[in-house]
Amino acid sequence: MLDLQGYGPRLIEGAGVTVQLAVLSLLLAVFLGLLTAIAKMSRHWFLHRIATLYTTVIRGVPDLVLMLLLFYGGQIGVNAISDMLYDHFDIDIYFSFDAFAAGVLTIGFIFGAYMGETFRGAFMAVDNGQIEAGKAYGMSSVLVFRRIRFPQMMRHALPGLSNNWMVLLKTTALVSVIGLTDMVRVAAEASRATHEPFVFLVPVAVAYLLIASVTEWIFAWLQKRYNVGYGE
Amino acid sequence: MVDVNAWLNDLLAGNKIFTPATMAHYWEGLVTTTQLVFVSLIIGLVLAVPLAIMRSSKRKWISLPVYAYTYVFRGTPLLIQLYIIYYGVVFFDGIQESFLWPIFREAFYPALIAFTLNTAAYTTEIFRGAIKATSKGEIEAARAYGMSESLLMRRIVIPSAFRRALPAYGNEVIFMLHASAIASVVTLMDLTGAARYVYSRFYTPFEPFLFVALIYLCLTFAILFFFRFLEKRLLAHLPSQSA
Repeated sequence: MLDLQGYGPRLIEGAGVTVQLAVLSLLLAVFLGLLTAIAKMSRHWFLHRIATLYTTVIRGVPDLVLMLLLFYGGQIGVNAISDMLYDHFDIDIYFSFDAFAAGVLTIGFIFGAYMGETFRGAFMAVDNGQIEAGKAYGMSSVLVFRRIRFPQMMRHALPGLSNNWMVLLKTTALVSVIGLTDMVRVAAEASRATHEPFVFLVPVAVAYLLIASVTEWIFAWLQKRYNVGYGE
Repeated sequence: MVDVNAWLNDLLAGNKIFTPATMAHYWEGLVTTTQLVFVSLIIGLVLAVPLAIMRSSKRKWISLPVYAYTYVFRGTPLLIQLYIIYYGVVFFDGIQESFLWPIFREAFYPALIAFTLNTAAYTTEIFRGAIKATSKGEIEAARAYGMSESLLMRRIVIPSAFRRALPAYGNEVIFMLHASAIASVVTLMDLTGAARYVYSRFYTPFEPFLFVALIYLCLTFAILFFFRFLEKRLLAHLPSQSA
């Protein structure tokens, strides 16, 4: 069968890195996306401007360039902050900014912009009458958000969310460029060492397709859950 | 030319990073990026039209192979596709002895092939969606006029599908521009490659990467406005277009 020439365990470890990275960046992206959507819908012009600037700039620049910028520039930025903390407040802490952090932050930051657009559309699709009804019941705006706007928004957001996730998953391959040993990097190293690219790169490609199909089921299940009461 | 050089030297005298030499690198990078993106988009478009027609065929043995192709190329990272082609091209029998070898030894053509196959897969699916959305009435009307299947395709389905596909295709063009940044991974001196080179010489991350980010941003806006303009021209007859 497939002879991985001893690279098997490292490839599986790499797959673990890919999945961890993808899930953590997804969480960050969803969080940033919700903030962005709320900021874009707010009446406060400043919040609105900031959110628009964020989504426009992020979606106009290649993810690899942002990743390299954050990876090479991140430590300098972090050092500047800890220097400032030391100089002004006498707090002595050191953050190290590694490739994993750079990867999660960049991918989360990029997809936060895309998620923001998805969530904004979904929030606007929620029936206004429902929100008014919630207010009429005396719910606070936080409670209206939690019980009425958020659950119904998710129903509209899930298809877009699932699309974004598929793109995000493939984007994680880029972290191999900044030195993180995800499965793409292991496969590329193995290809160069053994001169047998197909043996390593094709299984990794299949692994991406597999992860995508498994998560597609999860999204289909979620879709069903959030669509309860609506039917086809 | 001498005047331009003197002017550039004056302009750039205040810093170490934006010198005429590095500007030449950026320019070279811009040319490579533009070539890669433009050529792969054109070939991808030419491939995608027949593939989309095959993909929307009712006969399974025609549509399934195309579906398999688009599924694989849309479901896996472009970086993997690039690596497979870049490292795998050596394994075609006799390519190292053939006249093609000087071409394929360079990273440019493997990158071009990977980008072309990738964009062709996405464009095929965009067109398929557009072909599927053709209104039934138009097709029935064409049949009632006695048009053959190929005439119906050529005169009715394809032209309107092109128009419907335009907004999604504009996104694909922008996506391709951004995806082309990974060409720098296989040693190509594209825009991102130029920035990485300048970074490795001066060890200042902010200037080179922010500078190319700005160039990409400008290119993105140029593409965006070009497609807005096209949409306004070509979709003017459609209702519900925001002016």
